[in-house]
Amino acid sequence: MNKSSIIEIRDISIGFTGRSGHTLPVLRNINLTVKRGETVGLVGESGSGKSTLALAAMGYLKRGLRILEGTCHFKDQNMFTLGRTELEKIRGGKLGLVPQNSGQSLTPTLRIGQQLTEALRLHSKLKSEQYHRRVLELLTQVRLPDPETVVVRFPHELSGGQQQRVAIAMALAGEPDALLLDEPTTGLDVTTQAHILELLRDLAADTGMAMLYVSHDLGAIAQVCDRVMVMYAGEVVLEGTTRQVLKAPSHPYARGLLASIPKLSDPHLPSALKGRPPAPGGAGNGCAFVERCGIASEICRSTRPSLASGPGNALVRCHHANLSNRLSMTPDGKKVCNADPNAEPAIYLDNLSIRYSKQSLINRLCGKKDISPATVDNISITLTKGETLGLVGESGSGKSTILKTVAGLLPPANGSIVFGDGENLPREVEQRCPNHLRRIQLVFQNPDDSLNPRHTIAEILEQPLKLYFSLTGQALLERSTELLELVRLGAHYLDRLPSQLSGGEKQRVAIARAFAAEPDLILCDEVTSALDVSVQAAVLNLLNELKQKQGTTYVFVSHDLAVVRALSDRVAVLYQGRLCEIGPAADVYSTPSHPYTEVLLNAVLEPDPDIRPKLTTDDVVELAPPTQGCPFQRRCPRKLGKICDTENPPWQQKENGHSICCHIAIEQLESMQFEEINIEPASA
Amino acid sequence: MTVSATAIPQNSTLDHFSSILRDVLSRPSGAVGLFLVVFHIILALISPYIAPYDFKEMNSTMMLADPGINHWLGTDHLGRDVFSRTIQGGREAMLVTGIATPVAVIWGGMVGIFFGLVGGRLDEVMMRLVDAFLSLPWILKMLLLIVTFGTSILVLVPTLAFIYGIPVIRIARAATQDVVARDFVSAARARGNSRATIMRRELLPNVLDSLMVEGAMRWSWMLLAFSSLSFLGFGVSPPTPDWGLMISDARGFMSFAPWGVLGPVIALSSLIIGINLTADALAKSLGIDRAQKATV
Amino acid sequence: MLQILFRRLFLGFVTVVVVSMIIFAGVEILPGDACTAFLEREAKGLILESCREDLGLNRPAVERYFDWAWNALQGDLGISANGKDSIASLVGARLGNSLLLAVCALSIGVPLAIILGIVTGLWRDKPIDLLISTSVIFAMTIPEFVSSTVLILVFSAWLGWLPGIVLTSASAPISEFFPEIILPVVVLSMVMTAHILRMVRSSVIEVMGSDYIQMATLKGVPYWRMVFLHALPNALLPAINIIALTIAWLLGGVVVVEVVFNYPGLGRMMIDSISDRDLPVVQALALIVATVYVFVNLSADMLTMIANPRLRTLYTRK
Repeated sequence: MNKSSIIEIRDISIGFTGRSGHTLPVLRNINLTVKRGETVGLVGESGSGKSTLALAAMGYLKRGLRILEGTCHFKDQNMFTLGRTELEKIRGGKLGLVPQNSGQSLTPTLRIGQQLTEALRLHSKLKSEQYHRRVLELLTQVRLPDPETVVVRFPHELSGGQQQRVAIAMALAGEPDALLLDEPTTGLDVTTQAHILELLRDLAADTGMAMLYVSHDLGAIAQVCDRVMVMYAGEVVLEGTTRQVLKAPSHPYARGLLASIPKLSDPHLPSALKGRPPAPGGAGNGCAFVERCGIASEICRSTRPSLASGPGNALVRCHHANLSNRLSMTPDGKKVCNADPNAEPAIYLDNLSIRYSKQSLINRLCGKKDISPATVDNISITLTKGETLGLVGESGSGKSTILKTVAGLLPPANGSIVFGDGENLPREVEQRCPNHLRRIQLVFQNPDDSLNPRHTIAEILEQPLKLYFSLTGQALLERSTELLELVRLGAHYLDRLPSQLSGGEKQRVAIARAFAAEPDLILCDEVTSALDVSVQAAVLNLLNELKQKQGTTYVFVSHDLAVVRALSDRVAVLYQGRLCEIGPAADVYSTPSHPYTEVLLNAVLEPDPDIRPKLTTDDVVELAPPTQGCPFQRRCPRKLGKICDTENPPWQQKENGHSICCHIAIEQLESMQFEEINIEPASA
Repeated sequence: MTVSATAIPQNSTLDHFSSILRDVLSRPSGAVGLFLVVFHIILALISPYIAPYDFKEMNSTMMLADPGINHWLGTDHLGRDVFSRTIQGGREAMLVTGIATPVAVIWGGMVGIFFGLVGGRLDEVMMRLVDAFLSLPWILKMLLLIVTFGTSILVLVPTLAFIYGIPVIRIARAATQDVVARDFVSAARARGNSRATIMRRELLPNVLDSLMVEGAMRWSWMLLAFSSLSFLGFGVSPPTPDWGLMISDARGFMSFAPWGVLGPVIALSSLIIGINLTADALAKSLGIDRAQKATV
Repeated sequence: MLQILFRRLFLGFVTVVVVSMIIFAGVEILPGDACTAFLEREAKGLILESCREDLGLNRPAVERYFDWAWNALQGDLGISANGKDSIASLVGARLGNSLLLAVCALSIGVPLAIILGIVTGLWRDKPIDLLISTSVIFAMTIPEFVSSTVLILVFSAWLGWLPGIVLTSASAPISEFFPEIILPVVVLSMVMTAHILRMVRSSVIEVMGSDYIQMATLKGVPYWRMVFLHALPNALLPAINIIALTIAWLLGGVVVVEVVFNYPGLGRMMIDSISDRDLPVVQALALIVATVYVFVNLSADMLTMIANPRLRTLYTRK
């Protein structure tokens, strides 16, 4: 065993016993070495087995799983032969874990201080009176402001980013030689993500810890890893330096994966990987990727390729690694642009404001007015027919709230929604007539939640068809089939239940259901965030294609700036329920931009080790908008002064209908940002 | 990585129920429970034709006789055959509760789904009423009604159905609220479906699982209530055979004629245990945690 | 926090008021009143009239409700239909006896249920769990009068170890209830143990499967430290509510057991008063039992809130 390797996994296979009684492998013959001072990235889509592998490195298997062959060593110890007490000494001590969802991984009934102290008690040689000081040190080390108050908080009183930092501090308490990070930034806002990654990179550099970084996000991997292993269907298919893997990947899957990621610097639509990965045990004798591969040949079906040295000394599991450069690895889908500023308007949102909090009974009886600022305020947007408006912002920016209000599910406190033909839309669903409802359709984030699990696909599609068009019998069946074909699913899906479909297929059905109403406007609420990237690309392509065929008007909400860019003609940026900037996509994504847009754009993680995010503001989570002045006043890196706190910023117009809501003059913004521009050097 | 078994394909309501039934039967508790329940139902249907003696036939020469060839479980204090009375002792109870249970689940379920969907002030008022009603012991409510209106089936069925429907409101409402929060209900609202359609199409199929388990439990509790009432002397009137009443009668002679209680004790217990084992297996098959439900 | 407390108290009070209305209306709708009960069924005409006059029964129902409710608020529950005994004093002795029974059953049942619940939850699907969980279904489902009867048969009739029924009078001092109280306590604790145990078991299983327990394992926390420090404080929270329901049940719903063992508690008083059509007593008992139910549950909610930091701290982030 190599002296410098900290974690060494040899030829490990892990599996479970399926319903049929056969052993189904979830990991097949994996070798993994992490050396001192090195950060290794483990990347793959859901079901690829990456988390199972990371936990196996700690000698831990989830219920039902078992080792089929192979060993896991940490330093000199074989993790699966150790006794309970020895494992307890290593775990959380010299081998730390930062879990995927810190919010649920911290014990809810113990204060942060207690949980950190426990880690110290178990894994450090400190005396008990030194614990408190060390806890504060650790919290400071993970850059949590005000550690004294954090210590007495319970986990649920912290924001997601803070919880993640606490989890990192807890792992650091044992002064580990190696740190396992299981999707540590998934589910966090872009700015928070960038901050956590910066922290991890600095920690690795300062302490010389070995890190194993597990993620589905190539953008995050690119920022922190020295070496990357790409996993597919329980196998490592590509292993090499970050640069080799991200810049010139020699495995078809890695190339396809890269091509399916929308990029901020590239306005093309991502291209999707067709098909889906095999289920555990379903890979057969050949290459696991054969069904989805563009360069597969006979040998790929019959023989399982081995992990061998390929182009540029990377290890590749492919028979045709030399041919893989024929496959594109950049998004090359053509975006359809229907935006025509002179087109007829489809809908006006006029000065919408929305409140979530209801006044308490006592306050209402006393006749007190609610003076707290509205959750969403002052939203005026005009949508023209056929255009796609992207709505971006971090969590809590009110983007989904606006969609719900337009759909009538949440009545606005003020303002109105008017169709392009001048027809005023009643505030609530119950007051709207069927034709109003038909003209606006909503597609939800998670198809598991938006499709009734007890209805077949036919029943799901029939509902709008019966309701709005009174179709019956043969006509109903024909139209349902037509709709399925529209979203590239066949008629054989009709009598299936949602649980028998994959995530991407379910989302297609949800989209088909929206199109069944032949609407004027489709509201898409984070429709791709629950999906894997390759599936996301397919859904984006579908939406794009439908836009071309049907001339649909979309409002497309997402937290992912690159996804929004890939599909939208115009983009609006929201912060704390207020509009900051709106304009054509190309203009919003280049200078000058609102300081908040700038912060967001700077924080985006690109799957490219040469593009680093720039952090210009703290990742504070604000719970409510300020009562007066600019909504971004508390975090703005370009804040002018008192005027930002007291006066609402003016809307400044540029060409193409691009406008920015800021006190700083546009020219000034432009020159400030010009000096620092580096996010889009070439393509802007 | 999830290691869970893949969902059983199910393409229609009928398939859905038959797959549930198969799953219940594949569990030991479900198989035993369902066997007991089916056995008792069949017994209740055919017992009058197979009973060796008439249940009211008294024999003053054979009072409290030991078990023997003629009287397998002996005779009671009036010389009636205990075996014949035992196999027929559940008929009235099963008839009454067998009608009252579905009635209770249906009305309680509908009201619960309605208030779970509507929410707001109306729901709050309703829940206070339900709370208030549940704070009174069931036996007090039952007895007040029975003492006043008598113990005929025409009184017992609606009384039981009414009293046992009220906790169902709570369960159905809670289950509905979980479903209402999901997007497919929002989708139905945004589509413009009427409240009745949403209740029937979107909510009911998803609440049905909870209601089925709840129905099985209500049935066992109703049987418990029914037999307790007869035991206390407020239920079935003699000479109709009834397990509760038989146990009550035989208690006095227990020290020298214990078989008088054993027959009805075993019969009643096996039925109620059978129902509960079935309910347990059903809850597991449907993925509902039965123990998490409060007992009311 | 205080605001929530007041709101809950207020809602509890509202529930009690609603209950009192239901009780009053319920008794009102039933045919017959205190006078018909008191004077036997045949009483007609003048005597009945004058009795009603005396007791003020000919006034409008609403007026009488407020009278009754106002007096009850002050602790005056009226007089029994026999016309002499104050209900408050009648109830007093019975309530004490019921409390004695409840306390004995709780002090055996609750610790037993929690310990066995934890054991079955931690050793889920192991032989010990299967054994206990199966017996629990029996304990939970067999009607109380059946288990009582069997216990009396075995321990009293056959073995002769314990007295089968309680002969002590209602107002006797506590010490005289032993050993007569043992069998009823066993029956009651069996039923309640079963209910609480199932709850604790499923809660332990749920918590042991949670992310934070997995994290604690991977943090190197020793097993028993993890169980006691990380798992149980969370797993036992839901038990509070079911224990409250059990307490309420013990104080108001154990009619059958009290009758079987001839135990002079509230349950038997309830059934006796119903048989005697002693409506004032029925009303008073119903009100007491309902109030106990509402406030025991309320206290459980409060306790859960205090014990659960997620509910205790109002400052909560998404």
